[in-house]
Order: sequence, then structure tokens, then C-alpha cells
Amino acid sequence: MTYHRIAALVIRHLYLYRRSLPRMMEIVYWPFLDLVVWGFITVYLATFQGQMPAVVTFLLGALILWDVLFRSQQGIAISFLEEIWARNLMNLFASPLTPSEFLAATMVMSLFKVTAVSIVMSVCAWLFYGYNVFMIGLWLMPFIVNLVLTGWIIGVLTTSLIMRFGQEAEVLAWSMVFLFQPISCVFYPMAVLPAWLKGVAWINPAAHVFEGMRGLLTSHAAPVASLGLATGLNLLYLGAVIIWFHHTFNVCKDRGSLVRVGE
Amino acid sequence: MSSAVVEVRNLTKRFGEFTAVDGISFDIRRGEILGLLGPNGAGKTTTFQMMLGLVTPTSGSIHMFGLDLQTHRGAILQQVNFSSTYISMPYSLTVEENLTVIGRLYGLSDIASRIDDMVKKLEMEEWRHKLTRKLSSGQMTRLTLAKALLTEPKVLFLDEPTASLDPDIAHKIRAILLEERRASGLSILYTSHNMREMETMSDRIIFLQRGKIVAEGTAQDIVARFGQADLEEVFLKLAREQ
Repeated sequence: MTYHRIAALVIRHLYLYRRSLPRMMEIVYWPFLDLVVWGFITVYLATFQGQMPAVVTFLLGALILWDVLFRSQQGIAISFLEEIWARNLMNLFASPLTPSEFLAATMVMSLFKVTAVSIVMSVCAWLFYGYNVFMIGLWLMPFIVNLVLTGWIIGVLTTSLIMRFGQEAEVLAWSMVFLFQPISCVFYPMAVLPAWLKGVAWINPAAHVFEGMRGLLTSHAAPVASLGLATGLNLLYLGAVIIWFHHTFNVCKDRGSLVRVGE
Repeated sequence: MSSAVVEVRNLTKRFGEFTAVDGISFDIRRGEILGLLGPNGAGKTTTFQMMLGLVTPTSGSIHMFGLDLQTHRGAILQQVNFSSTYISMPYSLTVEENLTVIGRLYGLSDIASRIDDMVKKLEMEEWRHKLTRKLSSGQMTRLTLAKALLTEPKVLFLDEPTASLDPDIAHKIRAILLEERRASGLSILYTSHNMREMETMSDRIIFLQRGKIVAEGTAQDIVARFGQADLEEVFLKLAREQ
């Protein structure tokens, strides 16, 4: 793993964002719109504060944390798509760049994106709704780290599928993460799921993060068990998808499809 | 000890039932320009891609600088680069930004001055700050050549490097390549459909047909062996047999 090669790819993407309005919209405009819509729903629900005391406090928090996962996944998948759209994969993989370095660079880009989106959403939530995301306290950091890891897992999986099946699979970069949303229990507790789906949700690390957040906000319970489970599952899956990515990379090289991904 | 910087032995690539490259062997010596000729579908591109580590051979071996490409990919590719009319570079970056990224990717020192030199050498000053998407095809060809030469490779793979260039620039590019070869001992694997260019540029030529080497030697040797008037006649004869 060589630092300068990872930095080269990160700089390549930062050049891109510097002058691209549509790409900046991805960081500012869409998260802002999400926040406005959900913010007003929260304001409306606040009028029933007596009946649903916890709803108001966690709905905006859940939305911001879901966006962390979503942007983290997109940081990986869209960075790969950018190389396909630019027909740049051949330049990259005919250089000393390794697949691991490529992945590391997309992960760094993902962190940039998550940081930018989190700042935008936290500031807007505070300005428009007086919502302070830091009311979660220091537990916020392990929540965010785990959601970033889950985003990376979905992002690397998506990237592998696009690499394997070509540009026609690029829609997965936007849609794949929503397959995980119902079982991430972002806006509702795991308890409301039917028994069979509960089992599926239990093996999804993001579900434990959101369960932990709700427990913390409603009963001030330290989310140690939830975070332990989320971290364990995240590390297991991240290792597995990275191995899968390398396997797919080698399969594509063998089939000669690596240089034709964008065609 | 062989003076070859590139040694290809029994290189084969099969895609299912189709054999794209069929047991070819050749060397490229230090400072040599080896022309790779063949009609479309003869296996030139697959050979290039295997030598750049983009496609895994079915069997055979590729050694460069005495190292096996399978096991020393990074060390080899650090000293190799390529240019092709058929590749692109990120459109939303300027020419200079693209070259900067390449410089960083290969860990070059003093990237800015190397870019200055390259921009001057390839007469790119006027459009170095232009977005890549706004370049003409000839300018794009020069940019991909600049990215290939920027890293000061010891082995260069060139796929039709002068296609889409006007004769004046094409002549200058050939002169630059010959000067690089003279100054640094650069070895080049070269393809072109311009037979006159192949004759003047290549020290030796290998002719591929259906994935196999069917002729190898200097342009004059090949022309004489096939009893034709020139290389173009040889090309037409072999291509029509395919």
C-alpha cells in the first residue's frame, strides 16, 4: 500500500468536485432537501409530543445518520463510476496502482463526502429546527464510524457487481443501499418487523446502530452491546467484501473484461 | 545473459473456445523499437493488455527487466507506460491536472518541471489549462503520449500513436520518440496501420495473424520473404488470407 498513489487518486477526484456543480449538489443540495422534508414532518409530529415523546428526538438524528451511511456507500461506488465514465480504468490499472490502493482511495473520498454532508446536515438541522445532533453525546462517534463501515461494505459490494456486470449495473450505485434500508430499522425499532425479517435485520450491522441510538435517546442506556455487535459484523463483512472485490478483479482480468467495463 | 528488457515466452490467451493469442514468443532489446503488425483481430490488443497486466494470460510468461510480471507487477509497471489513440483521460480535468495526477500516481519528483518540459516538447503550451473534454482528437493523442513519456518509462507500448495527428505533428512525434530512444535507451513496442511509418520506425517487426506470429524480422526481410513490393503489400496479402 503506497501513500502517494492513494493521494493521487484522491486529488484526481477533488479536482473533479472543485468545478462541478452537479457533484457539489450531491453533497449540499440533496442532503439539504432531505432535511427540509423530514424536518417539517418532525415539526408536525412535535405537535403530538404528549403521545410520542421519543419520535421528535430521534427522527432527525436517524435521518442524519442514515445519510452518513448513504454518502459513505456513494463515496465508494460513485468514485468507481467516475473512472468508468472517464474511461480511465486502463490508465489506472496499467500503472503500479494496486486494487487495494484503489479501494483505499475511494474510502478516503467517502470520508470526505461523509464529513461534508454531515456538516451541512448538522448545521441546517440546528439552524432550521434547533436540533442538536450532538445531544447523542460521545456515542455519536462510534455510531458514525460503524455506519461509515456499513456504507463501505455496501459500496465495495456494489463496485464489485458493476465491475463484473459492466455499466448496465451502474444503477446499483444509487439503488443498492435502499435494499438495506428496510432492514436497517432507521426510523422504526427492530421489534416492529415480522419474525423472519427480524432475523435478517439482526445480521445487518446498521440495524444495531439505529437500535443503539434509539435506546440511548429514549432510556439513556449505554449502547455497548449494540455497538459491539455492529462493529463485529462490520469487520467480518468488510473483510469478506474486500476479498470478494479482489476475486472479482482477478476474474475480470482473466475474462479480459476489466478494460471493457465502460463499453 | 540476454540484453532483452522484455521477454515473452509461449504467451497464450483463450477466451472460452476462442484463442486470441496462440503461443507467441519474442524479445525486445534495450533501445529497440519493435513493430507489432497484424489485421484487426490478430491479437495485438490482447498482447498489449497482457503485457500491461490488464489481462491474465492463459499460459506462458512475460518477463521485463528480468522480473516476472505475474509476481512483480508493481515494480515492472513503475518502469512501463503506454499510449493509445483509443484511450481517454478524465474529461473534467484540465490537461495539466491530468498530468499532475499521473505524476503523483507514479511517485515522480519535481512533477511541475517535468510537466513543463513535456508540455513544451509536445507543443501543448496553448492548451495546457484547457479542459480535456475540449481537446481535439489530435490534441488528445498528444496528451496520452505526454502522460506516457512523463513517467520516463524504460519500456513504452504505443498503439497507433500518430493516428489522428496531422503530418507535421506526426513527424514531430516520431522525432521525439526516436530522440527519447537515443537519449535514454527507451524500448518501444509499436503498432500502426501506417506501413510507411512502421518501416521507418521499427528496427524489427513481428507480424501476427490469428494470434500467431507468422513473420518476424526487419521490414526488408519480411517484404523479401513474402515476395511483395513493400510492407503494405505484405499486410494486404496476410490480412486477406485471414
